[in-house]
Amino acid sequence: MRDVAVIAFAQAPNRADTGGVNDVEILMPVIDEAVTVAGIDRKQIGFTCSGSSDYLAGQPFSFVMGLDAVGPWPPITESHVEMDGAWALYEAWTRLQHGDLDSALVYAFGKSSMGDLGRILALQLDPYTTGPLWPGPVNLAGLQARAYLEKTGRTERDLAEVAARSRRDAKGNPAAQVKGDVAVDDLLQEPYVSSPLRAHDCPPISDGASALVLAAGDVAREHCARPAWIRGIDHRIEAHSLGLRDLTTSVSTALAGQKAGVADGPVDVAELHAPYTHQELILREALGLNGDTAVNPSGGALSGNPMMSAGLARIGEAARRIIDGSAHRAVAHATSGPCLQQNLVAVLEAGEGS
Amino acid sequence: MADEPTVLTAPFSLEFTYTRSVGPVLGAFFDALGKRRILGVRTKDGRVIVPPQEYDPVTGEGLYELVPVADTGTVTTWTWAAEPKPGQPLEHPFAWALVRFDGADTAMLHAVDAGNESAMSTGMRVQVRWQAETTGDITDIACFEPTAIPFRAPEPAYSAGFGAQNEEKVVERPIKLDYSYTAGRAQSRFLKGVTEQRLIGERCPSCSKVYVPPRGSCPTCGVPTSEQVELPGTGTVTTFCVVNIPFAGQAVECPYVSATVLLDGADIGIFHLIQEIPADEVRMGLRVEPVWKDELKPTLESIKYFKPTGEPDVDYESYREHL
Repeated sequence: MRDVAVIAFAQAPNRADTGGVNDVEILMPVIDEAVTVAGIDRKQIGFTCSGSSDYLAGQPFSFVMGLDAVGPWPPITESHVEMDGAWALYEAWTRLQHGDLDSALVYAFGKSSMGDLGRILALQLDPYTTGPLWPGPVNLAGLQARAYLEKTGRTERDLAEVAARSRRDAKGNPAAQVKGDVAVDDLLQEPYVSSPLRAHDCPPISDGASALVLAAGDVAREHCARPAWIRGIDHRIEAHSLGLRDLTTSVSTALAGQKAGVADGPVDVAELHAPYTHQELILREALGLNGDTAVNPSGGALSGNPMMSAGLARIGEAARRIIDGSAHRAVAHATSGPCLQQNLVAVLEAGEGS
Repeated sequence: MADEPTVLTAPFSLEFTYTRSVGPVLGAFFDALGKRRILGVRTKDGRVIVPPQEYDPVTGEGLYELVPVADTGTVTTWTWAAEPKPGQPLEHPFAWALVRFDGADTAMLHAVDAGNESAMSTGMRVQVRWQAETTGDITDIACFEPTAIPFRAPEPAYSAGFGAQNEEKVVERPIKLDYSYTAGRAQSRFLKGVTEQRLIGERCPSCSKVYVPPRGSCPTCGVPTSEQVELPGTGTVTTFCVVNIPFAGQAVECPYVSATVLLDGADIGIFHLIQEIPADEVRMGLRVEPVWKDELKPTLESIKYFKPTGEPDVDYESYREHL
């Protein structure tokens, strides 16, 4: 396997409503920052891949508009996934394995404030028997949360503790939308949004964008003092029908984590794309993480969840901690679909490369 | 740089209806719903899946054995929706639940009309409440309601055949999504300008190209544009077509000319109509100017069309880079 590393990461502030700027205006400074930090002439970048959703933008082929932020001239080698940018990163990583290109720009954007996110997300459900009922994403997460709590004996307090820790950690993240010190007892006084979930158990609705630069071998070493080498990456999906899945575990995360080699060494940091508090607990168990791992030091998706970008941002946040020397080995996770249907796990590591 | 403009926003609705072929398995399921019966499908290892699927979720084998299940079942998990949204099964507070029908091994998502949250519990018994009139679709199940009926075996009287007769059945799935679009900084400034009969482009600081309407960025260089450039409005037809085919909603009588007009001072053309000249006399290099509507709105339609200025045609070389 060819050594490929994350060498730069940038993201837009996560905001409930970025108001008067369009997708390109959100994206442009983010791409600019990532490419500038990487120190690679953008015309020399070998491959560009993005993640976004036409349903969020309300128009077909919306990613083509997003390309304005890249400056794709002379014509570039480019691809797009109608998914979270973490899957665009997977494609870019795969592309770099071919050996003929040495760098890639990966970016993702989503402006949720334009539409009704709950309604848009219902469109990812089976259109025959589930979609026509228009369940909201929080409702589906609520079903999963109750199943998980009743099976494991965990409590709503355990969930609130995840929320409080995430908001506290988010204070150190300039991009975070929801942050601050909150008392668990106070959180538990709040009403349910979709029981057993309260507002703090659910992600904010966020506008945002993120970008990172991948480089292979010597190009990575040349442009980054401490590249975050991707040691393993894998993604797995489960059945679409909620009734066919065991919602209390994440089989796909466990398998992706095993294939990516999570257990092959100590994990200093894990950035888990857990939009709901109970999902962090499910993911920790699926990945076999113990108390030695700092989970979501960025505040995670509970502090900002821009659709299509939050998963890529988890990889970026994990990589950032290797690049800045605060971690040696990190796990990054991204999810897609209702109730953790599809999951991607990457293992990042400092070091010379293999 | 001019003052920051007030950014324009506009509502936008996306509305469309998919017609979906259901195929023989779901077709039989929907057909049975129309008769107030629930069907599942049996896997090779004997599990019964409801709603039925065409393929085994583990092995991928085709599934063909449709079996009836009862219209009573057990809640396997639930959540309380205090504020129902449009389109959901009930308009008053209800529980979403996964319900395992008696005789089935998997659960199905639906609503339980329990009155209040304290009436809900995992493991509780529920029964289908059917719509007064059924149509052979998932919505024939209005919701579930609590019941005292203990486990009951499905009625064997209903014989479920593999539904080849349903292969042509389609269901309609209407979708309506509402958005609020923002024009962004640069386009807002442009659109405001239009309301004053002004055309304001933006220049790229890197390659110096002038874009109109501007989108706030240079799509070639990938950098923000910030310098506003007011254009005189006159321009040159770089390319055009004569429209001879009428279509629904057409605003102009055939034949008419739709053209790319390169405004003087701009580096990309805009699309517009050319009028006040016979269609067969429009040509590349023709000099044109805008004819504005009386009522000016923040849209390019405030220009009715472009008409010839009477100036001599310009040389092809002057616009060949802009075709």
